[in-house]
Amino acid sequence: MSEPNYLTTDYTLQSWFLTTDHKRIAILYFASLIFFFFIGGAAATAIRIELATPQADLVSSDVYNRLFTMHGIIMVWFFLIPSIPNTLGNFLVPLMIGARDLAFPRLNLMSWYIFMLGGCTTLFAILAGGIDTGWTFYTPFSTLYSNSYVIVAAAGVFIAGFSSILTGLNFIVTIHRLRAPGLTWYRLPLFLWSLYATSVILVLATPVLAVTLLLIATERFFGVGIFDPRIGGDPLLFQHLFWFYSHPAVYIMILPGMGVVNELVSCFSRKPVFGYKFVAWASLAIAAVGFLVWGHHMFVSGQSLIASLVFSFMSFVVAVPSAIKVFNWTATLHKGSIHFDAPMLYALAFIGLFTIGGLTGLFLACLAFDVHATDTYFVVAHFHYIMVGGMVTAYFGGLHYWWPKITGRLYSEYWARTAAVLIFFGFNLTFFPQFILGAEGMPRRYHVYPPEFQVWNVLSSGGAAILAVAYLLPMFYLGYSAFFGARAPANPWNAPGLEWQTSSPPPEENFETQPVVTREPYQYNEAFEAEPQNA
Amino acid sequence: MTEWRPPLALVGAWLALLGLLALTVTLAYVPLGAGNAVVALSIGTIKAVLVAAIFMELRKRHGLTLVFAAAGLFWLGILLWLGLMDFMTRT
Ligand code: HEM
Ligand SMILES: [Cu+2]
Repeated sequence: MSEPNYLTTDYTLQSWFLTTDHKRIAILYFASLIFFFFIGGAAATAIRIELATPQADLVSSDVYNRLFTMHGIIMVWFFLIPSIPNTLGNFLVPLMIGARDLAFPRLNLMSWYIFMLGGCTTLFAILAGGIDTGWTFYTPFSTLYSNSYVIVAAAGVFIAGFSSILTGLNFIVTIHRLRAPGLTWYRLPLFLWSLYATSVILVLATPVLAVTLLLIATERFFGVGIFDPRIGGDPLLFQHLFWFYSHPAVYIMILPGMGVVNELVSCFSRKPVFGYKFVAWASLAIAAVGFLVWGHHMFVSGQSLIASLVFSFMSFVVAVPSAIKVFNWTATLHKGSIHFDAPMLYALAFIGLFTIGGLTGLFLACLAFDVHATDTYFVVAHFHYIMVGGMVTAYFGGLHYWWPKITGRLYSEYWARTAAVLIFFGFNLTFFPQFILGAEGMPRRYHVYPPEFQVWNVLSSGGAAILAVAYLLPMFYLGYSAFFGARAPANPWNAPGLEWQTSSPPPEENFETQPVVTREPYQYNEAFEAEPQNA
Repeated sequence: MTEWRPPLALVGAWLALLGLLALTVTLAYVPLGAGNAVVALSIGTIKAVLVAAIFMELRKRHGLTLVFAAAGLFWLGILLWLGLMDFMTRT
């Protein structure tokens, strides 16, 4: 080894736990998220084992309620929302704009501590006996009829929300203020446009979640009539407030994945992203319009028909910018020189799975269809196609793509491709049968079901077993490569982004000299590839 | 470091907030019918403006910061508008 890098500058424990280096904080988040992913995954495993047979043989209905609630809460707030933004985003935002760090490095560290405090609070609620409201904390389950640790779990989510807000704030200020000379907005990698849009949602939506959870506590502890109609509350107010946050939050969970896919598709087609400006503005359009559709979760709740009509219409509108992106990725592939490296396999899987998830979202946005499908496995399949098929796949793709930059090592391409293919098959086998189950009327959130549904449930559970193995594989070959892999060059993919212009892993200060940007983004042309690469 | 001066604006705003709080509590006991809600919300708005302008120092800010502050207000508007759309048209 020659120059010290951010990993080798200091090995002490406090150099990690008191670090303000965005790259190290990204690693802290990464390790924590793996931990939470395992907990959420363990709950999912138990759910799928239980559902392999129509009878209740593993858990009671009470425990089952606690299992799917824990799965949802952990996966949404302690894995998916922070996943790409806080790991890849934390690592890459400064590198991609040629900055030394984020605008507020200490705030960044604080956001990790707040996140861990929220996570531990929620874990405590789970260990102390669990929560049975579902991840949505619907009233009156969470207020009048609550018989579990709702308030503790809600407090954990409330606390973690502040970490979201701080991260969003940090990214917004950083992208506005710290771009390298010459790096205009339209030269930014599209990953940063999507993270910017994500940050705007984080900052504008998360406070509403915090307020909503506080209101639950207020009603429970002080008997103030907020949601309970008997004491003057409105029974639908909770759902309005919750979905005002949570629909935008589903875009928090997909926009960063879309951002990663831009980088991958462009790199492995060796072409600029088709229609850059459309894709960039589509991210902001999603962020804005995403706030106008929340009522599509309330079609059968008793909200007014006029409201349902408006929310249904707006849900069709919000699909337009997502469709623009899918078309533009496809157009980017057109006549590209396509390389099927592992990250590209993940990106292609993302495009297909996200499209299925998005299109079935449009089914659900139709009032008449939703009355039939709501609270069935069709909805479960819809959102898993987007959140797992889309976002988690994009996360794995991005992890592979930037792994050489983060660790300075190369992973085994053979194993990486095997895992990618296995994830794709395991995923589809797990979740496609759930569309059929839902269409046939199997409700979600029950642990027993009529025997005629068993075939599809067994297929789904079998797929889940494959998926579990496929998700474990990268732990081994990526983990192995981090210590024993071949040394990575600075720019293993011959990519033009700024993050590839510094060594792998980068030095603590990111760049030895301030980079200056003179080119448009994604210039994967001959001239560039002919340039000598410094290893 | 500049010389430390008593933050007059802050103290003033604090006293004003306390005064408005007292006013809210007092008026809550005066029967005004529908007027009670109007009065309470108006006082609440004044308090929010004080906090934004003085504690959050928005009165000294320009451009982008104001845009983001306004965005927060605008989004609150969306919440109220679409939320009330259901409430007002429910049968
Ligand atoms: C094309 C845009 C989309 C449309 C039109 C759409 C539409 C819908 C509708 C109408 C429902 C309610 C179904 C019901 O409960 O009866 C729903 C549920 C859901 N969607 Fe989507 N969706 C879209 C994109 C997304 C994305 C991007 C995500 C996540 C990243 C997502 C995650 C979810 C989740 C988690 C639920 C279920 C919530 C619950 O009840 O637990 N959706 N979607
Ligand atoms: Cu939604």
